[in-house]
Amino acid sequence: MSDRDRLEPEVEVDLGLGTAAAGAEVATGVGATGMWAPDALLIESTSLWGEIWRRFRRDKFAMIGVVIIFLLVAIAILAPWIAPHDPTKQYDEGLTMQGMPVGPSSQFWLGTDTLGRDLLSRLMYGARVSLVVGVCANGFALILGVIFGLTAGYFRGGTETVLMRMTDVMMAFPIYLLAVALVSVLEPSLGILILVIGIVYWTPMTRVIHGEVLSIREKEFVDAARLTGCTNRRILFRHILPHLVAPIIVYTSLGIATTILFEATLSYIGLGVQPPTPSWGQMISEGQAYYLSAPHLVIYPGLCIMITVLAFNLVGDGLRDAFDPQQRRR
Amino acid sequence: MSAASVSATLAAAGNGTETLVTIEDLRVHFPITSGIVFRHKVGAVYAVDGIDLKIRRGETLGLVGESGCGKSTTGRAILQLIRPTTGRVLYEGGDLAHLKGGALRRQRRHMQMIFQDPYASLNSRMTIGDIVSEPLLVHKLADRAGRKTRVRELLETVGLNPNTLNRYPHEFSGGQRQRIGIARALAVEPNFIVCDEPISALDVSIRAQIINLLQKLQREFGLTYLFIAHDLSVVRHISDRVAVMYLGRIVELAENALLYEQPMHPYTQALLSAVPIPDPVAEERRRPVVLTGDVPSPVEPPSGCHFHARCPAAREGLCDVEGPKLKEVRPGHWAACHLITADDYPHIRAGEDDLAVVADGGGEPAEGGETA
Repeated sequence: MSDRDRLEPEVEVDLGLGTAAAGAEVATGVGATGMWAPDALLIESTSLWGEIWRRFRRDKFAMIGVVIIFLLVAIAILAPWIAPHDPTKQYDEGLTMQGMPVGPSSQFWLGTDTLGRDLLSRLMYGARVSLVVGVCANGFALILGVIFGLTAGYFRGGTETVLMRMTDVMMAFPIYLLAVALVSVLEPSLGILILVIGIVYWTPMTRVIHGEVLSIREKEFVDAARLTGCTNRRILFRHILPHLVAPIIVYTSLGIATTILFEATLSYIGLGVQPPTPSWGQMISEGQAYYLSAPHLVIYPGLCIMITVLAFNLVGDGLRDAFDPQQRRR
Repeated sequence: MSAASVSATLAAAGNGTETLVTIEDLRVHFPITSGIVFRHKVGAVYAVDGIDLKIRRGETLGLVGESGCGKSTTGRAILQLIRPTTGRVLYEGGDLAHLKGGALRRQRRHMQMIFQDPYASLNSRMTIGDIVSEPLLVHKLADRAGRKTRVRELLETVGLNPNTLNRYPHEFSGGQRQRIGIARALAVEPNFIVCDEPISALDVSIRAQIINLLQKLQREFGLTYLFIAHDLSVVRHISDRVAVMYLGRIVELAENALLYEQPMHPYTQALLSAVPIPDPVAEERRRPVVLTGDVPSPVEPPSGCHFHARCPAAREGLCDVEGPKLKEVRPGHWAACHLITADDYPHIRAGEDDLAVVADGGGEPAEGGETA
């Protein structure tokens, strides 16, 4: 944003997780001569984001979530270097004489799958798909949701009616059916997957943003901005959008969990990422026929999905509490 | 009050004789709608119901009235924050009510507002420097370096430490925040400022500071104020002229001294008689006119004179039938009441066209007679 030229930025505000903004020192200059108001200026400078970060850091569950997500991201990025084997290579020694997958051994730490591929390596590579789809599909849903929500909430009138009824119609659709229909018409691939999940999931974000904008647009500082001579675009992006950061962050982190689960579901029914690229949902699908003789084929990818979804939910809950201390967790 | 002192007040108040803002038949009706799918209008809140007013350059015009009488709506409609249903708002002769988009935004340079709530009126996600410099940026009045200098200057003008420009609003007290709001309003060097109850949300101890600041700024920059308040003593202190509103209409408009010393409209009389006097002896003798009932709903305002249902002197068949026009009862004193007749006030003149007669025509017979 080019016109975000603040004057002498001494207080840096990190819009991400508000790092390091806590207790930023600001020169008070009380000692200087002048005739400012007597009730002036010995208040300790506390940054808005610093306060949120402090509350968030105190939340143990949220911090566990952060650590797990951090590990997952690290594994996903470093998979080519830390994975013990090639995830798509079928090892002869990975299958028993009868053609059954082998259990954990020193060569294959978590055993192999039905084609003799290393399960651990496949799980590591599978994390890439889950995270990429989770983050990108949510980003896409977020962009749609923010644009529609802001427009509908700010301009009201006919625009609002059209956009919000459209949202209602989308929400009334059975989303799995819609996704399955979309994917089967289009060629399934990672990009299409992201697109489809984004299209299916923009509605909740639109609703949330729309509701928030409705309340913010009535605040006096919006009137003040209008009086100042700000254009609608400037009011929307400079004055209203910054107040939406909290719900956006919270709903994105919660949304990522849902999206990862959705990706797993689609992959499970074969409409997600196509083999041989490993994905957790697809691994469960392939292993389910052997769940009695080789339960690890289902258990490990299932655990991965569960832990990832749980981690994002923990972080989302923690963020919500940190942003809105009045509305504590029940 | 003697005629001599009245005319002295008139002369003193007549520092600005040029009209800056003219409001003609301003009406703001908020529709009440019903139905979810097929939305239709079932009624309206007649918040502002026909206001004519001329605000002179350099004066402070006080606008008083009870809660819900449409004071703030009037102020916002003048600045086009709420678009008027009908009527014109002329600023230096140009109609604002019909301006749109960029043209209106450019006009906004000349008129600003100071808000009632210093907590809600500052964007909590912006630094003080950004808040105060935004008008300069939007109207392209200065480059980056120029803006910074100007912001420091403005903060100093309103009595804030210029080194605080990187702080956020939540680090300031109510009084300081109000000063920030004033600095923002001043940034574009406006001529006209609507002060919408600028002190009623503040601690009593800092109200005087803000009032003094507003007066200082008016002297320094030749500002014109429309000062909206419900506190009569504050309005008396700061205003040159005072307009009294009741249920969307102006019922009385007069020079400050005239209105407070010799209120004519029964509503103004009741309002003023309710103000306690800080003198036990006088307070003892005070005979407040107690009004019965509440302010009627602006959804269904009473017929005729809006005040007739509560008026101690209302006459049946007259006051409840026809709404009185604002008449100049005597030079510089306007009232809308059927009961003020030519018998009592020989100078009485009807017609709204020459509302600013005292202002515009220096040689107007009535005024000329008084000031001679």
